Amino acid sequence: MSQTIVKIGMGSCGIAAGARPVEAKLRTLLEGHPEIEIRKVGCIGLCFQEPLVEVEMDGKSTMYGHVTEESVEDIVKEHVLGGKRLDQALVLDSDGSGMENPRMDKQVRIVLRNCGIIDPEKIDEYIEREGYDALKKVVSSMTSEQVYTEVLDSGLRGRGGAGFPTGLKWKFANLSKGDEKYVVCNADEGDPGAFMDRSVLEGDPHAIIEGMAICGYAIGANHGIIYCRAEYPLAIKNLNIAIEQAKERGFLGDDIMGSGFSFDLKIKEGAGAFVCGEETALIASIEGKRGMPRPRPPFPAQSGVFGKPTNINNVETYANVAWIIRNGSKEFSKYGIGKSRGTKVFALAGKIAKGGLVEVPMGMPIREVIYDIGGGIPDGKEFKAVQMGGPSGGCIPKELLDTPVDYESINATGAIMGSGGMVVMDEGTCMIDVARFFLSFVQNESCGKCPFCRIGTKRMLEILDRITKGEGKESDIDLLLELCHQIKDGSLCGLGQTAPNPVLTTIKYFKDEYMAHIVDHRCPATVCPSLIHYVIDPEKCIGCTKCAKNCPVDAISGEIKKPHVIDDTICIRCGKCKVSCPVGAISVE
Amino acid sequence: MSSTTTASSNELSQRLDPIVQRYQGKKGITIPLLADIQKEYGYVAEEAVTYVSKKMDISASEMFGVATFYAMFRLQPEGKYVIRICRGTACHVQGSASVAEEVARHLGIEEGETTEDGIFTLQHVACLGCCSLAPVMMVGDNVHGLLTPPKSIEILEDYRKKG
Repeated sequence: MSQTIVKIGMGSCGIAAGARPVEAKLRTLLEGHPEIEIRKVGCIGLCFQEPLVEVEMDGKSTMYGHVTEESVEDIVKEHVLGGKRLDQALVLDSDGSGMENPRMDKQVRIVLRNCGIIDPEKIDEYIEREGYDALKKVVSSMTSEQVYTEVLDSGLRGRGGAGFPTGLKWKFANLSKGDEKYVVCNADEGDPGAFMDRSVLEGDPHAIIEGMAICGYAIGANHGIIYCRAEYPLAIKNLNIAIEQAKERGFLGDDIMGSGFSFDLKIKEGAGAFVCGEETALIASIEGKRGMPRPRPPFPAQSGVFGKPTNINNVETYANVAWIIRNGSKEFSKYGIGKSRGTKVFALAGKIAKGGLVEVPMGMPIREVIYDIGGGIPDGKEFKAVQMGGPSGGCIPKELLDTPVDYESINATGAIMGSGGMVVMDEGTCMIDVARFFLSFVQNESCGKCPFCRIGTKRMLEILDRITKGEGKESDIDLLLELCHQIKDGSLCGLGQTAPNPVLTTIKYFKDEYMAHIVDHRCPATVCPSLIHYVIDPEKCIGCTKCAKNCPVDAISGEIKKPHVIDDTICIRCGKCKVSCPVGAISVE
Repeated sequence: MSSTTTASSNELSQRLDPIVQRYQGKKGITIPLLADIQKEYGYVAEEAVTYVSKKMDISASEMFGVATFYAMFRLQPEGKYVIRICRGTACHVQGSASVAEEVARHLGIEEGETTEDGIFTLQHVACLGCCSLAPVMMVGDNVHGLLTPPKSIEILEDYRKKG
C-alpha cells in the first residue's frame, strides 16, 4: 500500500479563503499518525473552490473544495483514516468524476505543471518531478548557442505581454560584449487583475530559479536578480527558501554541477510603483533610483543593470524554459496557432462563476475560456465585456467573444494579451466607470517624466469624471480621441503609450453608453452615483425601518409599519438601504 | 520641512549605525536602506534620513526623491493596523469603491490618514493578487475577502476589540 498524503492549498489565495485554521485542525486530527504526510502546496488554480484539501491514497487522488474546520473532520475520519471517499464537495478526482474535472481536462499545464502539486518549500519534491534536469542537461551537454536556439525554435514569446521572441532576446544579450552580465526576472506584477506570477512564485519557485540559471548559461551571465513586489510576502519567503536550497544542492553558486558555470541569485524587493514593470524603469529601481524609464536604445541587452548587458523576462516566461529544454522545442510549439506558440496562463476574475488561474493552449477562443473553463457569468446575468491587458489593455465586447487568444488577434481588437489578466464584466458594469478607473490608475502611477502622460491623462480623467457626473458634452468624445492619439505618440514608455487603450476600446465598442451619459444623463448600468437614484416602492415596503436604521446620513424617513421615503438630496448612494431591505422594496433607477 | 522631534546624536547612532554598516560600500542600495529605516522607525523619519545621508554620502534630497516615488514608503508614522483596501480591477467591478467609502466613513478618516486613537491607518493599494476573492482588504498581514461594506466594518471592529 502506498503512503497516504494529505495536501492543503496554502497559496495566499488559499490562506485568504481560510486555509490556516483548516491546516491547524488537520494537524491536530492527524497528530497520532506519523505515517500520513501533510503537505502544504501552492495554488492549483481553482481559487473559487478554496480552501482545498486533497487526499492521495492507494494511487488515487481526491480533492475537496470549500473545506471548513468542521468538514475537514469528516474528511479525516471517513476518508483519510476510514478509506471511504466522501461524495460531497468532491472537486477533482483522478478517476475523472469530480465536478471540476472537465474544466481541468481542457487545460494544458506547462507553466503551472507543479503548482498545487508540490510543496514549494521542499526542493526534493521539485526534483522528483524532473526538476533541475534541464539545467543539468544544459550545463553538461549544450553550448550557449544551442540553448538560445532551442528557446528561439520553440516559439516562446515574452509572457509579460509584449510578446517579443524570448530566444532572440537571449541571443542579443549573448552577443553583447561584457565581462559581467545580468539575468533579471520581472516579478513586479503590478497589473490589477492579474495574479499568475504570484501563484507561480509561491507555488513553484524552483521553476523560476531553474529558468533563470538556464538563461544565465545561454547569455553568459553569472548574476541573477528577481525583482519581486513587496506586496507578495509569501512569494518572497518561498523564493528565499528555494534559493537557499538550490545553493545547498549545487544548482546555484560556483561551478554548478562541476561544469565551470557559476550563477548566483538574489531577490530585490520592489517598493510599489507600477511603472517599474517597464524594463528600463525596473533597471533604475534595481539601481536604487526612482523608477523612471529612459529612452531606448541602448536596449538592456547592451546596457542594463549598472550599465552591464542584461536580459529581462517575466516570471511566466522563465517558468516555461526548463520544460522546453527537457521536452524539446518541437513539443512546445505543438501547442498554439500562428506566431503564438505554447500555452498562456490567464487569471480569471470579476463577474465570473469560477474565478482562478487557468492555462490553455494559445488560440483557444475567449468564449471557451470564459464559458467552458470559467463557468460563465454568475447570477444569470448577461456578459458585457472582458478586460484584457490591464491599464495597457482594453475591453473586448460580446461580438468579439470568438477571438482566439493569441498575441496578434487580441491586438487587433484594441486590447493586448498583457500578462494575462481577464476581468469579466456583466451588465451591471458601467464602461465609462471602467475607463475612468484605469485612467485614474495610470494617472496615479505615471512617473511624471513626459508631459503627455502626466498632464494628458489628467485631462482625460477630468473629462471622464465630468461624463460620469452627467455633465459631459458631445464634443467630449472627439476631445478624448484627440488626447488619446497625442498621449500614444508623445509618451516615452509603454505606460503612457498604452494608457489611452481602455478609453479607446470603450469608445469603439460602447459608444452608446457614452452617449447615454452625455445626452440622456443616464447610466444604463446604474453605477455612476450622480446619475442614479434610490427609490422605495410604497407597495412593497412593509415599514420595518431597517433601511432608515442602516442609512449613514439619515436620508430615509417614515413611520413604523408605513411606507418609507428616501430624500434624494441627502442620499449619498451608498446602497446600504437596498442591501438591508428584507422585501426587496428598494431599487435603483 | 522642519523636524518635530530632536533625538540626541547618541540615540541616532545607536539606532542607525547598524543599518549604515549593512550597506556601506554597496551600490544600488537606496531602496533597501530606506526600507530598513522605515522598519526601525515605523516610517521614513526625516532626522534618520539626514543622519544616514551624511554617513553614506548620498544626498538627502536623493533619498527623499526615492522615498516619495514609491508607494511603500511613508513619511508619517502609521497606526497599529494598516488597512490596505484593494482597488484592483476585479475588486473595482465587485464593488470595492463602496467598501472603501464605508470604511472611510466609519473610521472618520480619508485615505492615507490614521485614526486619532492610532489604531488604524487607511490605504488604497493597486492590486493584492487575490482577485478571485474580490473585493479584498488586508489588515496587517491578514487578507479578508468577499467583502461587503457591513462585513468590512465587522472585521475592523474585531481588530479594534483586540486592541
